[in-house]
Amino acid sequence: MSIPVLKFDAVIVGAGGAGLRSAIQLSEAGLKTAVLSKVFPTRSHTVAAQGGVAASLGNSEEDHWTWHMYDTVKGSDWLGDQDAIEFMCKKANEVVVELEHYGMPFDRTDNGKIYQRPFGGHMSNFGEKPVRRSCAAADRTGHAMLHAMYQRNVKANTQFFVEWMALDLIRDEEGHVLGVTAMEMETGQIVIFHARATIFATGGAGRIFYSSTNAFINTGDGLGMAARAGIPLEDMEFWQFHPTGVAGAGVLITEGVRGEGGILRNSSKERFMERYAPNAKDLASRDVVSRAMATEIKEGRGCGVNKDYVLLDITHLDPATIMKRLPGIHEIGLQFAGVDCLKEPLPVVPTCHYQMGGIPTHYSGRVVVPKNGDANTIVPGFYAGGECACASVHGANRLGTNSLLDLLVFGKSAGDSAVEDLKAGKAHRDLPKDVADKTLARIAALDNRKGGANVHETRLAMQRTMQDHAGVFRFGDMLKQGVEKILEVEKAARQLEIKDKSMAWNTARTEALEMENLIEVAKATMISAEARKESRGAHVRDDAPDTAEFPNGRNDKEWLKHTLFSPVDNSISYKPVNMQPLTVEAVALKTRSY
Amino acid sequence: MERQDYERLRWRCIRRALLELDITLTRFLDDGFDQLSDAEQRVFVELADMEDHDLWYLLSGKTECDDPRFAPLVAKIRKS
Ligand SMILES: Cc1cc2nc3c(=O)[nH]c(=O)nc-3n(C[C@H](O)[C@H](O)[C@H](O)COP(=O)(O)OP(=O)(O)OC[C@H]3O[C@@H](n4cnc5c(N)ncnc54)[C@H](O)[C@@H]3O)c2cc1C
Repeated sequence: MSIPVLKFDAVIVGAGGAGLRSAIQLSEAGLKTAVLSKVFPTRSHTVAAQGGVAASLGNSEEDHWTWHMYDTVKGSDWLGDQDAIEFMCKKANEVVVELEHYGMPFDRTDNGKIYQRPFGGHMSNFGEKPVRRSCAAADRTGHAMLHAMYQRNVKANTQFFVEWMALDLIRDEEGHVLGVTAMEMETGQIVIFHARATIFATGGAGRIFYSSTNAFINTGDGLGMAARAGIPLEDMEFWQFHPTGVAGAGVLITEGVRGEGGILRNSSKERFMERYAPNAKDLASRDVVSRAMATEIKEGRGCGVNKDYVLLDITHLDPATIMKRLPGIHEIGLQFAGVDCLKEPLPVVPTCHYQMGGIPTHYSGRVVVPKNGDANTIVPGFYAGGECACASVHGANRLGTNSLLDLLVFGKSAGDSAVEDLKAGKAHRDLPKDVADKTLARIAALDNRKGGANVHETRLAMQRTMQDHAGVFRFGDMLKQGVEKILEVEKAARQLEIKDKSMAWNTARTEALEMENLIEVAKATMISAEARKESRGAHVRDDAPDTAEFPNGRNDKEWLKHTLFSPVDNSISYKPVNMQPLTVEAVALKTRSY
Repeated sequence: MERQDYERLRWRCIRRALLELDITLTRFLDDGFDQLSDAEQRVFVELADMEDHDLWYLLSGKTECDDPRFAPLVAKIRKS
């Protein structure tokens, strides 16, 4: 069968913040650039970001990029690469001001400067006191950002392929990346995008967990494609959780609810936080609350048929106060839990929010893999940025507002690096003869299989396994079982069956293809988490507790290193953390406490 | 509605930028959409075309729906 080939200088998979930012660099450099997206660009998940983007502009009070750098290293629990972190924090002002020039309607101060507000973990003077560093556009920061960048791309003649799904990365025998295979959803046709530079900006994969704040689109396609092409995934054990998402739905319940007097209860209605944090109780820090909730659930004191959530009770509060101080919470309860929170407690569970790991990249946006003893060998023609990539600036935990910054800085630098590499010459390399064979075989298998596994059931089994065995607080025995279980789920995920065989708009097929990506991410997460025998940042293990020798359970002697999960044989290797910033002194190791 | 049109609409409802909409619209497609008249289904397609934040504010009651064509449908979705 002959498959159409479309030739571009660059193909970018993803039209969220990172993809659009990369595309601007390439198109404005006069290169022929295609951007593929499963949805219209301004429906990408970046739209959900409301909090803002960090930059030490110092518009409201004194600030400096070195302070921002310090906060980011500390937030990462020293797992972030300090060269990449310096690069990002130093570039922040430039990329935010550029956005302003693209027409982003930032909130402003009376004298017309970008207004800045405080955000958790961002401090002045190396951790002294909170600083106003976050730049926002009302409650639509992500949305406004995408609009501004989309318009800029239209002007620069970027070619958009909307409602196209990239399926597999194309690599030749020498390992060069030559583009992707993709499916046009409207027709079901498979097409080859042959490119001299391929940039992944496919976003996160939070849907591997049962409870996730991520929209359904976050299925980790970029990670799945990379894994199938033999690229290892970095630091996949690190996922940021939020303590209170609506059980079963994932929709966030603001921490303000506990601030206003909300109480967490277990199946016997006990106010369990009194046991874990006798003073702060329900107002203890995020990690303490999440851990307590996870422990209650693990020890059988969860609620519901599956005993898999706890209750957030505000029935003792004055209804008028609730409606005034916590607008939206009543509606969220009704819509997503079927509960009137004025009369009944809300079911809640720690909920996955952000993926710190991803496709390993250098801060230039080039993808790097271990080869011949060098842990950071460039994969020619391959770049990545945004949540699918691991630069690594977030290390073991991300600071709020740093991910929008990440996608601007590394989206741009991936674009710049691609421009630089493309200008250096080199024609399109020849496509391998079997270029689309694997993709076609996957699709044919889905279409022809009888008696295979159901997509929804398989996804649910994966999500439950991840939630129970590799959630916010992890237990050695549960992780071990989790590895076995996820490998079982993987078998089903490799044998999916779909009933609908139509070509056009076959959403069943699309969801099956997404499932094949999710399972790669889930497996990498579980195996990487089981292997890391310390607690660090968002990876917290019951069997690596806080001791005098290992404060917070962190063991720098053995574990100050990045995990690399190899999808080829499910094996793990490690590479050193870069502790050497580009121009300033390193942020020395310290216990992380706030 | 033709299969193709329905499946296109379905994709545009189950892959939104906001999780709240993914859940709300999927639920409505699964049990409510079928009972709409052809005319109502066409209005739904237009409604689903709105920007995510605007649509969510309508469906969550945060903003009043002042378009008489959308109001009855918004009320149905809110009840589903
Ligand atoms: C509720 C919520 C609130 C948040 N608030 C903030 C905040 O205030 N500040 C902050 O800094 N961060 C915030 N974050 C995190 C931040 O929004 C994300 O990390 C970031 O937007 C990811 O951007 P991205 O460009 O990497 O990916 P996305 O915006 O997710 O875009 C991914 C793109 O890839 C495309 N794609 C994926 N797979 C394929 C495929 N196979 N083929 C074709 N296209 C594909 C999609 O269509 C989409 O266009 C928040 C996250 C959530 C969930």
